[in-house]
Amino acid sequence: MGRILLITVTVIFLLFLLIMPIAFIMIEAVGSGLQPYAQAIGNQATLHAILLTILVTAVTIVINIIIGLSGAWLISKFSFRGKAFLTTLIELPFSISPVVVGFLFILLFGYNGWFGKLLDNYGIQIAFAVPGIILVTVFVTFPFIIRELIPLMQEQGKDEEETALSLGARGWSIFWHITLPNIKWGLLYGVVLCLARAMGEFGAVSIISGNIQGETDTLTLHIKNLYDGYYYNEAFAVSSLLLIVALATLLIKSFLEWSFKPKTKYKTKTTLKKT
Amino acid sequence: MRYKQQRPINFIKKSMLGIASFILSAFLISGGYAQTQTILNVSYDPTREMYRAYNDLFANYWLNTTGRKVRITMSHGGSGAQARAVIDGLQADVVTLALSYDIDIIAEKTNLIPVGWQKRLNHQSAPYVSTIVFLVRQGNPKNIRDWNDLIRPGVSVITPNPKTSGVARWNYLAAWGYALLQPDGSDEKAKSFIGKLFANVPILDTGARDATNTFIQRGIGDVLVTWENEALLALQRLGKNQYEVVIPSMSILAEPTVALVDGNVDKKGTRAVAQAYLEYLYSPEAQELLAQHYYRPTLESVAKKHQNRFPNLQLFTIDQIFGGWHKATYQHFVEGGIFDQLYTPQKQK
Amino acid sequence: MARLIQNRQRHILPGFGLNMGVMLFFVGLLIVLPLAALFMHTTNISWSKFVDIAQDERVQSALKLSFSSAIIAALINLFAGIMVAWVLVRYDFIGRRLFDSLIDFPFALPTAVAGMTLASLYDHNGWLGGLLKSVGVQVVQTQAGIVLALVFIGFPFVVRSVQPVLADMNQEIEQAAKSLGANGRQFFWRIVLPTILPAAFTGFSLALARGIGEYGSVIFIAGNIPYVSEIAPLLIAIRVDEESGYESAAVIAILMMIIAFILLLLGNVLQRWTRFYQK
Repeated sequence: MGRILLITVTVIFLLFLLIMPIAFIMIEAVGSGLQPYAQAIGNQATLHAILLTILVTAVTIVINIIIGLSGAWLISKFSFRGKAFLTTLIELPFSISPVVVGFLFILLFGYNGWFGKLLDNYGIQIAFAVPGIILVTVFVTFPFIIRELIPLMQEQGKDEEETALSLGARGWSIFWHITLPNIKWGLLYGVVLCLARAMGEFGAVSIISGNIQGETDTLTLHIKNLYDGYYYNEAFAVSSLLLIVALATLLIKSFLEWSFKPKTKYKTKTTLKKT
Repeated sequence: MRYKQQRPINFIKKSMLGIASFILSAFLISGGYAQTQTILNVSYDPTREMYRAYNDLFANYWLNTTGRKVRITMSHGGSGAQARAVIDGLQADVVTLALSYDIDIIAEKTNLIPVGWQKRLNHQSAPYVSTIVFLVRQGNPKNIRDWNDLIRPGVSVITPNPKTSGVARWNYLAAWGYALLQPDGSDEKAKSFIGKLFANVPILDTGARDATNTFIQRGIGDVLVTWENEALLALQRLGKNQYEVVIPSMSILAEPTVALVDGNVDKKGTRAVAQAYLEYLYSPEAQELLAQHYYRPTLESVAKKHQNRFPNLQLFTIDQIFGGWHKATYQHFVEGGIFDQLYTPQKQK
Repeated sequence: MARLIQNRQRHILPGFGLNMGVMLFFVGLLIVLPLAALFMHTTNISWSKFVDIAQDERVQSALKLSFSSAIIAALINLFAGIMVAWVLVRYDFIGRRLFDSLIDFPFALPTAVAGMTLASLYDHNGWLGGLLKSVGVQVVQTQAGIVLALVFIGFPFVVRSVQPVLADMNQEIEQAAKSLGANGRQFFWRIVLPTILPAAFTGFSLALARGIGEYGSVIFIAGNIPYVSEIAPLLIAIRVDEESGYESAAVIAILMMIIAFILLLLGNVLQRWTRFYQK
């Protein structure tokens, strides 16, 4: 009895919260027909925004993989002073508003900021250009991969690595042959999380980008521009691209969880079925 | 173990390769633009549609006269916010802002633009002008006819933030000018008029386009005070049967101005094309296009041709009433100025 | 020096120096330096000016709105999240797997798209807005809209924190409890709730932290009316745009960080307390 009620409430809640927006985006996207839809996505401004978003996301992921692997190795394999402090710093981006992040990087790299004039002398442009967008995106996604890896590496301990070391293996090859295989699914999982966030970052990017159409407008900024220009259907058409990517990441994520965390999650079916 | 403990090299290699090729292709494609010169026009909010059309016109003209290709990129936002971005390093080749003061600020705070910039182009560097009118909902339910209707209790007025938006300053000054030019007008009366007006403003958006969206998309407010071009464009794009334009008895002659950003064009080597881009705004073809987008042309011949398009109303200038932008800004818009005194203490409902 | 060498000997595995270098570089460049810039910028502001900005009515109402909305949304997510996690773990029904995979949807969807979609859905002429209007409820341009957006973007946190704990709960405990005569309700309150509470609090504080700073999804639906529905991050963005508004932006940013820090600290204490209580 209570069970049916609970299920019903949950399903209705999820329908309103999750399914309705998905349906709405799809319907609005093709609201004025398939041809306008194709045109909204195929025009040059949108294509540029797509490419820029891919570029920013890819670079962000690469940087975060380096940070994640290096940091997780450092934190899980060694004990040193200030480790707790370092861990806190790593988590800090979670609790800073994206708007503040954009503002921080203007303070650093704006022409009147700490490094603006210096870099300008060498012709390097960071604020209001792609490097600035990448920097804020890395900041916002900083914890995603490393947070996935630290517990995983800690759990696995360092016995295997130490054994390999005693057998004469070199550092890189230990990492390559022992550590990496152990964490590769966790790494991929972190990458997927990072991808979803990097692709959709808006607040920080909108402050630092200068919003140059066809130059520094990522997909989310492009959508806002379309929305501001009264192109509602076009805005939703481009949004539907991001929706598709979002759903795809969910699919990959479910698959990864299924293969990489089999112990905890779907055990439920066998052990805790109907009582 | 669910997976075989094999070398992960293949897995990692593949994904690295994938990412690398992504980046490479993105660079290659953006590199395709390298052949053409690119200039950046940093503009204010409602010019989106107009400059999109003008950029095509100019790119064609440039190709035909010089044989070279040019790509023009745009950045839009509140005029003051855009000036701030240029000061902070946004690499504008030209600025086309809502009012001369915002360009003055760039000239003052940086060495990108020389101080006498306004004399470098015709009409005090204003290739097109406009004025401030009202947009109301279909049937004009609150019966708004003139400025003094905006201060009636119960009328909700949408105008953006004068601290960030150009049109908001024009709106403010137009209202002030109206109050001042009344038969019994005085500075004190104008001040109380503005105070009452802003007591009716529920929301201060950053830019003109945000304010338009507030009025149209979110359905807030009884009247939108905005550019003539923005009001007529909204009417054209969003349907004549939903909104009406109301022309007040008098308004301000709003002169948006344009300038070359010398510091940036010299660094980028785009001076010639950027200069031509601004000068071509004064050509008959461009003036015709401006008129099509509801900007009042400054070229006599084109203006005459389109005079039916633009309502005739009494226009006063900022120099007549306020003695120029610097005085007006100092009096009204600086921190602690009259606007701050009038707006801050009121709690809006 | 001797200590350093000793230290080094304790590190059996190689790569300490290299990885420390990499981390110090990135953390320094990306996190410490920007924050230092903010704090330095704030030190240029005189104390009285700082207090003036902090006491400004508009700033205060924006801060109040941001924090109260984030707290309300996180609370809603706490209850809804526990319910959803419970249903997903304990019951089998059609579409369970689908719903389970879709829980993370709010994380995957860009916030700006989420905001635009919610705003259009709950707009006065949207699918749900019209419906709600007929019963006299307005969501857009009110705090309710902000809370709605924050519930959406923070929803996965609690579910995903609680789910594994619930799934890990031993069936034997339940059977033991039942055999001792505990009914379903007692079982939930005495056994389940204390077990999942720490995880639920973790999810709660994550949702809270996220909600406080959220921008993209909120600005579309909030209406952004000063004193009514203008959130603190938006006010920062506005002040950044204003001529000479950097000081004010920096002060609001600092205030936000301080309050968020205190809140999260409180959350941590609370969480420890529940853990302790559990033992």
